[in-house]
Amino acid sequence: MNDPAIANLSRRRFLQAGAALTIGFYLPAFATSAAEPGKAGKFAAASDTFVPNAFLRIGEDNSVTIISKHLEMGQGTYTGLATILADELDADWNLVRVEGAPADASRYNNLIWGRAQGTGGSTAIANSWEQLRTAGATGRAMLVAAASQRWKVSAAELQVRDNVVSHSGSGRSATFGELAADAAKEPVPAVVKLKDPKDFRLIGKESKRKDSFAKTNGTAQFTQDVHLPGMLVAVVAHPPRFGATVKSFDASRAKAVQGVVDVVQIPQGVAVLAHDTWSAKKGRDALAVTWDESNAFKLGSEEIFTRYREMAKTPGIPVTHPGNTDEAFAQAAKVLRASYEFPYLAHAPMEPLNCVIKLDADGCEVWNGEQMHTGDQFSLANLFGIKPDHVKINMLYAGGSFGRRASKDSDYVLEVAQIVKAIKGRAPVKLVWMREDDMRAGYYRPLFYPQLEAAIDSNNKLIGWRHRLVGQSIAMGSPMEQMLVKDGIDRVSVEGADNLPYAIPNMMVDLHTPTEIRVPVLWWRSVGSTHTAFSTETFIDEVATATGKDPVALRLELLTEEPRHVGVLKLATEKAGWGKPLKQASGVRRGRGVAVHKSFNTYVAQVAEVSIKNDGALKVDRIVAAVDCGTAVNPDVIRAQMEGAIGFALSAALHGEITLKEGRVEQSNFDGYPPIRINEMPMVEVHIVPSTAAPTGIGEPGVPPLAPAVANAIAAATGKRLYRMPFNTAELAS
Amino acid sequence: MIQLNVNGKPYQVDVAEDMPLLWVLRDTLQMTGTKFGCGKGLCGACTVHLDGDLIRSCQTPVSAAVGKKISTIEAVDSDRIGRAVQEAWRKLEVVQCGYCQSGQMMSAVALLNHNRKPTDADIDKAMSGNICRCATYVRIRAAIHAAAKALA
Repeated sequence: MNDPAIANLSRRRFLQAGAALTIGFYLPAFATSAAEPGKAGKFAAASDTFVPNAFLRIGEDNSVTIISKHLEMGQGTYTGLATILADELDADWNLVRVEGAPADASRYNNLIWGRAQGTGGSTAIANSWEQLRTAGATGRAMLVAAASQRWKVSAAELQVRDNVVSHSGSGRSATFGELAADAAKEPVPAVVKLKDPKDFRLIGKESKRKDSFAKTNGTAQFTQDVHLPGMLVAVVAHPPRFGATVKSFDASRAKAVQGVVDVVQIPQGVAVLAHDTWSAKKGRDALAVTWDESNAFKLGSEEIFTRYREMAKTPGIPVTHPGNTDEAFAQAAKVLRASYEFPYLAHAPMEPLNCVIKLDADGCEVWNGEQMHTGDQFSLANLFGIKPDHVKINMLYAGGSFGRRASKDSDYVLEVAQIVKAIKGRAPVKLVWMREDDMRAGYYRPLFYPQLEAAIDSNNKLIGWRHRLVGQSIAMGSPMEQMLVKDGIDRVSVEGADNLPYAIPNMMVDLHTPTEIRVPVLWWRSVGSTHTAFSTETFIDEVATATGKDPVALRLELLTEEPRHVGVLKLATEKAGWGKPLKQASGVRRGRGVAVHKSFNTYVAQVAEVSIKNDGALKVDRIVAAVDCGTAVNPDVIRAQMEGAIGFALSAALHGEITLKEGRVEQSNFDGYPPIRINEMPMVEVHIVPSTAAPTGIGEPGVPPLAPAVANAIAAATGKRLYRMPFNTAELAS
Repeated sequence: MIQLNVNGKPYQVDVAEDMPLLWVLRDTLQMTGTKFGCGKGLCGACTVHLDGDLIRSCQTPVSAAVGKKISTIEAVDSDRIGRAVQEAWRKLEVVQCGYCQSGQMMSAVALLNHNRKPTDADIDKAMSGNICRCATYVRIRAAIHAAAKALA
């Protein structure tokens, strides 16, 4: 889920890929024996005659079908991936369709993850860039070869544009569809030439999203929309605390509900199966379950914070420690200290979690907003006692995820699988979590307690920095442990802290990982940077205040080795009018704040403007963002992701908090855990740094700088620093 | 049997009278464009029109819809305002995950039905019952203005 975490792996993979490119990028062939890629219900496949590789099919009807190995969950990946391939192919964008790939890691693995297929860590575009360019260029070369043969002219004399190959000398032309059958007989070239970026026709332009049409007329297929013949819907009674189990239950009232057909116990609770969702829910609500809570987790959030504060008093495992912080702090003329409190956060995608599974003699078939193909294949194969490649997965649109569907241990997928197993596979089952099930299920952004200290010398120079983190590991105890945990350090606990961009000669980052806290935790859009960007970027602002420096000037002074941080910082502050006075209004305090952060190899700076009334009521008026994500594959999708990430992050800053009381989650729906609504959304301006570097991720990197930029703006307006999220605006009353 | 009129067509459904209209649309009629988000009338994903007025279909028992005209996202393009909203949504690329957008669009149509020239404040008021977790709000606002302009 994070770039430094898988850096070794990713660099190795990229080196392999880069080396391979010179002799022909490895392109998996389309396996004709496999099921139709991503075929699910209503998506009919056209006749396909030219299938040069696993990512492209061209039909005699001139349609271009591009296979996405990554989940479309709103981040625009179907559009971005198709753009890359279609550009090298010189396809007509209007004739391009996108299909979800089947689960097959031999062809559709995430090259940054290694062997596994899946979507996450803002890797979709980054890992596919060379692969899909090569796939498109290969298809183009074979179409050109076919035309060259047919017209007996040299390939060099042919032009390709918008699905048409033409020969200007003779005036002949043919569509891709007309050439498809012949192109299929051409050998796959070992080497293809990729375009000079100046010749891109789609990359860098604003091609229309491929999912807009179906998502604006009710026809887009989400997991929630799957109806299979004979399918039952399951709603599950889950335990009230993590670690509790079913002691006994009385299903008589549930079974009396019209439409309910069965009630089964599974390891996750008690499932009620019905012909429709409402009856299943009524049945679930009518269950009388007695829970065994003897082994349940019973601490509250405040008790967890108390423990973490105690742990923070002693050194943790050192993560990085250049220089000598003890000496630096001994020499310091001034020392700043701060501690921060970050609550658990639920992902709360608009589509509550769900999954459909059918078991039959051939294996098992899954319909899901699938984010972890390979992991889920192994989990299901293990449960059903079948081979992983007998788990067929139909990847449907996900109604949001923000990390939640990238389950580290297939939690909700296994829940429906257990139900299917309990009824011996006699019907396909759709598991539907009510919003309350979704919000109370755990798999939260972990609660974190960091402490920071800064040493400033008599010349007002920042000479020392200590950052101690206390929080649960996401990866430990999960199948991800081997990949992400080294020497007791979960990389995603410290990302954004140990790679601080500022040139500070003496640094110490250390980590405590409490293992007795049994609240399930998971990656939440931008993962470790959700807390490390806030603590580091508000604390550096405090250093600016303490040294009498402008916050931007101090950052620029310390960003000696980081030109791309500097680039976004300068662009955002220039566009925001940094240094110019804000328009004032009576009874309102206004302020401007900035933050800059790199995550997933993408650099983002944001400038926030806020207004605060006398009672503390806070309005974020405007955000000016600058982003450097390398080549901008589709600038409009990049802007959309920045806008959305800003709103998502603002929800956490203003309202987001999952709290436990005696082990029970106190929130259950959007009343207790409110995302921002339209009236709270600031104006957003997004500026993209021009770049020809390889593209990097855009789904997550807009999140981290928002909360610190807003907090720094609040401090500029009020002089008050906030150390706990979500912000307690009562503290801001004047 | 309960008689319903959905998007101008008659339907007969054999369901309990207390079943929310949402689940009748989704599970019984398999018109799945209307979404389940919270089940408590808090998020607006299930928004449909009943005789032209906005309702949260997860909070409306099917019995309350008898004898009334139910309009859903599947027929949003059947009138001029709906078409303008749909076109604006597509032109401005509003959608991300798209799951809430049926409800957003139905709320936008209802707003423009009553107010052909909404201000930002009007939009905030009319649309604040619809949550978008992807936070596409900037574009929702712009698309409503664009639709209003197209209708003028």
